Amino acid sequence: MKNMKKMNKMTRDNLITYLMVFVLFLVMQILVSSGNVSSLLQGLLVPLCAYIILAVSLNLTVGILGELSLGHAGFMCVGAFTSAFFSKCMVNTIPIAGVRYFLALLIGAAAAGICGILVGIPVLRLKGDYLAIVTLAFGEIIKNIMNILFIGRDSAGFHFSTTDARALGLLEDGEIIINGPQGITGTPKDSTFAVGVILIFVTLFIVLNLIHSRSGRAIMSIRDNRIAAESVGINITKYKLMAFSVSAALAGVAGVIYAHNLANLMAQPKNFGYNMSIMILVFVVLGGIGNIRGSVIAAIILTLLPELLRGLNDYRMLIYAVVFIAMMLFNWSPKAIAWREKYAAKLKRGKKKEV
Amino acid sequence: MSFISYLINGISLGSVYAIIALGYTMVYGIAKMLNFAHGDVIMIGAYVVMTAVTGMGLPPAAAILIAVIFCTVLGIVIESVAYRPLLNAASSLAVLITAIGVSYLLQNIALLVFGANTISFPNVLSIPALSLAGGELTITGEAFITIVSCIVIMIALTLFIHKSKAGQAMLAVSEDKGAAQLMGINVNGTIALTFAIGSALAAIAGVLLCSAYPTLTPYTGAMPGIKAFVAAVFGGIGSIPGAFIGGLLLGIIEVFGKAYISSQMADAIVFGVLILILIVKPTGILGKNIQEKV
Repeated sequence: MKNMKKMNKMTRDNLITYLMVFVLFLVMQILVSSGNVSSLLQGLLVPLCAYIILAVSLNLTVGILGELSLGHAGFMCVGAFTSAFFSKCMVNTIPIAGVRYFLALLIGAAAAGICGILVGIPVLRLKGDYLAIVTLAFGEIIKNIMNILFIGRDSAGFHFSTTDARALGLLEDGEIIINGPQGITGTPKDSTFAVGVILIFVTLFIVLNLIHSRSGRAIMSIRDNRIAAESVGINITKYKLMAFSVSAALAGVAGVIYAHNLANLMAQPKNFGYNMSIMILVFVVLGGIGNIRGSVIAAIILTLLPELLRGLNDYRMLIYAVVFIAMMLFNWSPKAIAWREKYAAKLKRGKKKEV
Repeated sequence: MSFISYLINGISLGSVYAIIALGYTMVYGIAKMLNFAHGDVIMIGAYVVMTAVTGMGLPPAAAILIAVIFCTVLGIVIESVAYRPLLNAASSLAVLITAIGVSYLLQNIALLVFGANTISFPNVLSIPALSLAGGELTITGEAFITIVSCIVIMIALTLFIHKSKAGQAMLAVSEDKGAAQLMGINVNGTIALTFAIGSALAAIAGVLLCSAYPTLTPYTGAMPGIKAFVAAVFGGIGSIPGAFIGGLLLGIIEVFGKAYISSQMADAIVFGVLILILIVKPTGILGKNIQEKV
C-alpha cells in the first residue's frame, strides 16, 4: 500500500483500470468454466470485448479531442470487412490461425485508420459539429457500399461487381468472397474471449498512454481552448487528425474481433448502421465523457442489462429506455447534480458527528 | 416525360423531408440541440391516424386532427420531462443522448402497443390523380397534396415567425437567450412552443409519408428522420427557408439517383452529396457565417 501512495495519481488510476478489466476477465472465466453462465451470455462475451474497445476508442474522439462522431460503426465496418476478406482469402495460404489473425488485425486497423484520415483531412479543419454530420454520412455510405459489393475469386484472379453474383462471371473453380447483402460467409472463427481481453489491454495501453503524453496534452488543449492552443503554436489539424485516426484504427480492431466471431458477416443497420454508432456514443456519455474507465464499465453494464432483463420479456427494452433516460437526467441535470452534492455534504457532516 | 415525372416525385418526397426538417431546424435554432426523437414522433403520428381511421372508424380529417393534437402534446411532454432539465447541463452532448433515449422509448412503446409487424396504412388522402399532357404525365393525389401542404406550411410558418409576437419571441430566444429573458420573454414557454410546432408538423409529415409509402412499422420514422436532419444541415441548420430548400434538393437528388444511377446506391449518393456540400460551404446553403470572437 505504501508503494501505491508513492505513485502519482495518474499511474494509480491507470493501474486500477487495467486491474479492473483483469479481475472481470478472471471472474467471467471462472463462471464460464464452472458452468454458471447461460449460453446466450457466453455468446455475448466476444462482442462485449469489441464494444468495450469501441467505447474506449470513441471516448478518445469525444472526450479527449472534444469532437462528436456519429459514424464510429462505419470504421468498425471497414475493419470488419477488410479483415474478414483477408482471412477468407488466406485461410489456405496461412494455415496458422495466430499469424493470420495478427495480420488481419493489422490490415483491419490500417484500413479503418486510413478511412479516418480521409474523412478527417477535410472535416477537422472546420470547427463545430461538422465531424458529427460527415461521420454520420460516412457510416451510411460504407454500409450502403458493403450491401452492393460483390467480389469473387477464381484461377484468373479477382472479379468485382456491383450488381449481383452472376455478373462476376466466375470460372468453375471460383468462389464468391463478398456476396453483396449476404456479406462474407465462413470467416474463420479466430476471436476468443481471451484474445478479446488482450486486445482490450492493448487498446487501453495505447489510449491511456496517448492521453498522458505530450501529444495527448496538446490534443486536450485544443479541446479546452482552440484559439489559445493555436496561439502557443500547437498544430491543430495535425493533432486533431492524430487523435481521430487512432480512434478510427482502434474501431477497426473492434471490427476485426467482431467479424472473426461471426459465421456470417453482413452489413445490416443493426450491427454497422447509425443505431450502432449511437449505441457506442451512449456507452461513452453514460460512462462519463473523457473517463476511459467509465466507458469500459458502461459498455459492460449496457451490453449485459438487456440480457439480465430478459425475464421481463416484451417490457425489457421499454424498461431499458426508461432506465436510460432516468440515468441521463440523474447524471447530467444541473438540479440533480446540486441535489447530489447537498446530499453528499449532509452525509459527510453526519459521519463527522458520529466520530 | 419520365424526367418531369421523376422531378415531381422528387419534389413530393422532398416536401415531406422539408416538413420534417423544419422541426429539426427550429428546435436547433432555439434550443441548440439535435432532437433525435423527432423521427419517432412522425411514426407515432402515423400510428394515431391509423388507429383512428381503421380502429375507431373516424373520418380521415378528424383522424389527422387528433394525430396533430396528440403529437403536439407529446412534444410538449417530452420537452418538459426529458429535455428541459438538461438544457443547461455541463455538456451539450447530454441532451442529445437523452433524445436518443426518448427515441428508444417511443419505438418500444409502439412495439408493445402495435407489435413488430408491418401494418398497411389506410388510404386517408383519397384524391384522384391529375392527368396532364394528354395522359402522358400523371401526378398522384398524394404527391399533389404533399407539395401543396408543404408550400402552405412554409408560408404560414414564415408569416407566424415574422408577424406574430410569439414568433418574434422565438427569433429573440434563438439570437440570445439571456437577453431575451431580460426583455421579459418567457424562454421556457417559447422553447415549449417550438417543440409543439415541430411535433405538430411531424404528425402531418407522418400522414404524408405513410400515404406515399403505405407501410408502417415502429421503425418507420428513423430513416426519414435522419434524412430530414441531413436536409436541415444541407440548407443551413437553424434557417427555415434553408430547411425548405434542403428538403426539396435532397428529395430530388434521391429520386434522380434512384432513377438514373443505381437504385441501391441512392442513400450513398445522398450522403455523398452532403459531404461535398459541407466541404465547399460548411454552413449549408443558406447558413449564416458566424465570426468567432476571442
